[in-house]
Amino acid sequence: MLRKVLYIDLSKEESWVEERQELFERWMGGTGVGIRLLQEECPANTDPLSAAAPIIFSIGPLNGIFPVATKTVATFKSPLTGELGESYAGGRLSLALRFAGHEAVVIRGQAEQPSYISINDGEVKIKDATSIWGIDAQTTGVILRDREPGVGRRSIIRIGPAGEAKVRYAGVVVDTYRHFGRLGLGAVFGSKRLKALVISGTETIDVPDAKRYKEVYNRLYKTAVQTDVMEKYHDIGTSVNISALNWLKGLPTNNFLLSSFPQGENISGEMFAENHLFRRLSCAGCPIGCVHIAALKTAFSTHHEFEVKKVSYDYEPIYSLGSNLGVGQAEGVLQLIDVCERLGLDVMSAGVVLSWATEALEKGLITSKETLDVPLQWNGVDGYTRALENLVKAPNEFYGALARGVDYAAKKYCGLDYAMALGGNEVSGYHTGPASIVGQLVGVRHSHLDNAGYAVDQKAVKKPMEIEMMVDELIKEDNSRGVFNSLVGCLFARGVYTEENIIDSLETVGIIKTKDDLMELGKRIFEEKYKFKVQEGFDLSNVRVPRRFYETVSAAGLVTPETVEEMLGLYRKKRGWG
Amino acid sequence: MRFLQGVDPEMIESPAVEENKETEAKPVLRPAEKEAATPAKPRTRRRLKVAHPERCIGCLSCMFACSRMRTGTVSLQNSAIKVQTQGGIEGDFRVVVCRGCQDPPCARACPTGAMEKRPNGSVVFHKDRCIGCGSCEKACLVGAVTFGKEKKPIKCIHCGACVDFCPHGVLMLEEIPTSGG
Repeated sequence: MLRKVLYIDLSKEESWVEERQELFERWMGGTGVGIRLLQEECPANTDPLSAAAPIIFSIGPLNGIFPVATKTVATFKSPLTGELGESYAGGRLSLALRFAGHEAVVIRGQAEQPSYISINDGEVKIKDATSIWGIDAQTTGVILRDREPGVGRRSIIRIGPAGEAKVRYAGVVVDTYRHFGRLGLGAVFGSKRLKALVISGTETIDVPDAKRYKEVYNRLYKTAVQTDVMEKYHDIGTSVNISALNWLKGLPTNNFLLSSFPQGENISGEMFAENHLFRRLSCAGCPIGCVHIAALKTAFSTHHEFEVKKVSYDYEPIYSLGSNLGVGQAEGVLQLIDVCERLGLDVMSAGVVLSWATEALEKGLITSKETLDVPLQWNGVDGYTRALENLVKAPNEFYGALARGVDYAAKKYCGLDYAMALGGNEVSGYHTGPASIVGQLVGVRHSHLDNAGYAVDQKAVKKPMEIEMMVDELIKEDNSRGVFNSLVGCLFARGVYTEENIIDSLETVGIIKTKDDLMELGKRIFEEKYKFKVQEGFDLSNVRVPRRFYETVSAAGLVTPETVEEMLGLYRKKRGWG
Repeated sequence: MRFLQGVDPEMIESPAVEENKETEAKPVLRPAEKEAATPAKPRTRRRLKVAHPERCIGCLSCMFACSRMRTGTVSLQNSAIKVQTQGGIEGDFRVVVCRGCQDPPCARACPTGAMEKRPNGSVVFHKDRCIGCGSCEKACLVGAVTFGKEKKPIKCIHCGACVDFCPHGVLMLEEIPTSGG
């Protein structure tokens, strides 16, 4: 397998391919290759929204070849946190990259006018996008679909108005229902005047030993569909957690003022499944079908005329735009998700920014002068809709501040104690205990998925766990996920990819690794990422934890600052950082 | 928990590439004896059918199975079954398979006998006879014959590999009467 990097320079309107066998051999692919390319491409202290900041997409050696290895990682400098930007998306992108023959794509420079990139096998074109600049993310997909080749095997990734306006947490929509949601890749696209990227290919991959390939493929496929390792995602989906966490007192509600939501039942995964779910979809190469699509049917006249919107939902958007905003009806949550989809906003950051603004208004830090008379109040779906549109249009300083993230807005207007961000990234929907807080603080991209602290907390609720053991678990996950994210597998399928299965599937494509090799790789990738973070000013000994985390009871009871400090100290010590 | 419907990947360990296998009454008898012994049981052949297209989730596992089991490659192009989108991923999927026609237009259109109708009604493709003219592709209204990289048609052999890998029971193999003898 030739392992190539496609370089595209938007300023020079050039593209070329480089064979980077050694890079892939040493860093596997996906996030390992991504971080190394970022180090090569992004000089220290680069403005993340300047022409000098790169965008890197990479896949790994198993993508497209084995089931449930369906993700692509985007690596960039985050305009939200000012340090490592890393985001994962499924859909058909990894497959399209595989069959176009590019395991990594580096995008440099800045286009002179709104543009989109079209990649069809080895052919790369930078095309004019002026007529679709300003168009919402969904419609952009509809238009490009008719213009570009590769029906059924291509991927169309695009930004909406939020990315164009460089909202610091604008995302990139991938194949309508998936996203590079977190950390502002959409703003980086916008800063490059890059509206979209369409990619497809027709390559065929020969494996060294077809018989062995079939054997290993069948084993993995069978594990995915015939055992219970992925059942949760197949049935109700991630939203099954709403009820579970609500019961555990771990479901952030009204900007973390509460950790359970009295109306939680109305927005539970079960409720969505019973009343709104009408379809399930898969990323290409995954037989699970975890993408849950709801139909939102709204009457627009009294004559039985309806508009129907098809909205994908998951646990995180239901938390951030639901319980966290006090929205207690599924329809309201779906409406807000749909608004974010069209604007091209990260639902998680958007929800947390709005919940902070609601509380700030309640407490009088801001007034209707700032909000331009938009009523920001719990469960106020229409007000939230207008506020989301405003923070993209930024008609005044206040909305402009909201567009820069909750940390920025709270530093300007006060209310940092309840500005729910960790490491500069708006938090995910878990108030499960100290491991969730510490996990997001230390994680390379300050995401709950870096090391799944929320899962460690939930384990500890069932069976008490020493603080040191919790820290050990975080470190173990930090490292092992670095390997898995180099492949680049779907984290929902990590149960399918046991160490043994990873080693066997790699061997099938001619890559020989031992358990020790993989462990060493995971550690090495983590360290490279921290090098970049530190270079860009991240300092783990000086991180902010919003006081609210210590004031609201969590699934593990009240968390104390001492516990978090102790865990951070242990973490630093175990990492050898003194 | 078993959510896979009517599928056992165990059974597809061996390459399922046998041509449209005739299923006959057992034990195997000489033709004349057979006629007499099983007069009520008609001879059948297996045919792939899209039983529940609306259950498709677009995972493309069937396409990968087709190229993997038939050609040992990882490819969408080498697949004889096609899952197409109509209006993007938010539209309905269209699953295109060979219908195993009783009077197959692909065989009628082929000028060299590369697409050959066998006595049981199935069509077998002889690659060595194919001149790549594309007549079969044009003749197939459902679009089940497509041309691969080698500019030769990719022809479904109704082996059922795709059926075994569909997680939602979209596909099935059915038995239909043979058209000849």
